[in-house]
Amino acid sequence: MIKVEGLEISFGAGANQVHAVRGASFDVARGESFGLVGESGSGKSTVLRAIAGLVPNWRGAIIIDGAALGRKRPRALHKRLQMVFQDPYGSLHPRHTVNDILKEPLIIHGMDDRETRILKALDEVGLGAGYRFRYPHQLSGGQRQRVAIARALILDPEIVLLDEPTSALDVSVQAEILNLLTRLRQERRLTYIMVSHDLAIVAHLCSRIAVMNRGAFIEEMSSDQLRTGTPEHGYTRQLLLASKGYDRAAIDQFVEFD
Amino acid sequence: MTTPLLSVENLSVSFDTPKGVVEAVRGISFEVGQERLGIVGESGSGKSQTGRAILGLTPGRVSADRIEFDGIDLRNAPARTMRNIRGRRISMIMQDPRYSLNPVMTVGWQIAEAYRVHTNANRREAKQRALEMLVTVRIREPEKVYGLYPHQVSGGMGQRVMIAMMLIPGPDLIIADEPTSALDVTVQLQVLAILDDMVRDRGMGLIFISHDLHLVSSFCDRILVMYGGQIMEVLDTGAMHRAEHPYTKGLLNCLPDLARRQETLPVLERDADWLLSRDGAP
Repeated sequence: MIKVEGLEISFGAGANQVHAVRGASFDVARGESFGLVGESGSGKSTVLRAIAGLVPNWRGAIIIDGAALGRKRPRALHKRLQMVFQDPYGSLHPRHTVNDILKEPLIIHGMDDRETRILKALDEVGLGAGYRFRYPHQLSGGQRQRVAIARALILDPEIVLLDEPTSALDVSVQAEILNLLTRLRQERRLTYIMVSHDLAIVAHLCSRIAVMNRGAFIEEMSSDQLRTGTPEHGYTRQLLLASKGYDRAAIDQFVEFD
Repeated sequence: MTTPLLSVENLSVSFDTPKGVVEAVRGISFEVGQERLGIVGESGSGKSQTGRAILGLTPGRVSADRIEFDGIDLRNAPARTMRNIRGRRISMIMQDPRYSLNPVMTVGWQIAEAYRVHTNANRREAKQRALEMLVTVRIREPEKVYGLYPHQVSGGMGQRVMIAMMLIPGPDLIIADEPTSALDVTVQLQVLAILDDMVRDRGMGLIFISHDLHLVSSFCDRILVMYGGQIMEVLDTGAMHRAEHPYTKGLLNCLPDLARRQETLPVLERDADWLLSRDGAP
């Protein structure tokens, strides 16, 4: 359903040029859940933002359902492809009520039945009608992220891009949001591409995982391969080791990968 | 445990808000020796306020039966005494180096300043000590890093600079409030290794405040689990799997586990009794 080929993204020019993504290629089938893992600066979020159309300068090909995407995207495409951002404190307009936030995409795409759709979306993310006229500051972090998910789902998209959707949340709230995302994907047959630095979260939500380092794809594997601890690349093995907690002896063995 | 460096008894921190009094910390007691003590809890559990209250850095109202550091009563200590203790004997490492470092001073200058404030060293000595300290926190080119400004260093290096600055006066106790939360997992462990070596080699005490139960349980000697401003449970290292309190168990269970596949994660059910049991007792 989504095919990315030889994606190259760089920012800046001349001596200050940063080559953020170096030749990323991957396929995601319909209904699949694909994960991108890497440390900060690995380019994982940039790949996601390029698919969403938030990065203007990319080279390569991004193909959705056989149609290659250009610089300018038709409005109908955004209806099929929605994104949930990392920080629920920054991604909701502080002076808009939940109702306004959820209504905006409906207005942009000229959809009717707004009242019913808003109530249905709130219900689906487990918030209920009582939250409809609240402002973001009246909500907890988990509730805000539910609103962000409702905003992405209200257009009935096929693809949802998730950029570290739980990294700003407490672990107990994280579990609730991950469960919600799992349920929604099953009910609506959504295709997910999720970015995270946490191997356990990606392995939980995604069936296939690509590991990125310094803008390049270094390894692609199934989550079961990750679970059994048999990644091939040394970088992935080091990440896996580090995610197992503090071990003084292991830390001295850490190396930098280029 | 060795003789305690710091003893805290019945510490409470409360804030007056337009909606009434908010009790951030409710009567907790603990001791720290030359060890790594972890304080874990979710946001709002009072873990950071506990750390700040010890140094008198909270705007809230602090009350305690005892806050004693090396025979000094910190509760009513005069400002002069507190200034001598802060930084020199007890120092604090904050979460985000980007907000804790002065953006218009080089990092080396800031480390040297921390040394000069607490000793009578001249600039040259201070610079020398600062460079040595940068080596201690495993910065490869100390001379070069000394002259960099905070925006020119990475998050991991910034946090090493913060640690260098906090260690240079040679404190007896370090309070580290989520010192590694903003860092990548491998860098995080490397920074922890530095703190760990300091505790071992210099016989310091460390209070490590974090929300990451998994990390704390693999790093600290003892762990206080906080919820709603109270201590739910005290655990020894490696005893995480023997945790008895439903809150601790709930927190552990709701983490996705790399070792096994789960369709849905167990969700933490909070129980009002966890808090009432202590409030009810005199």
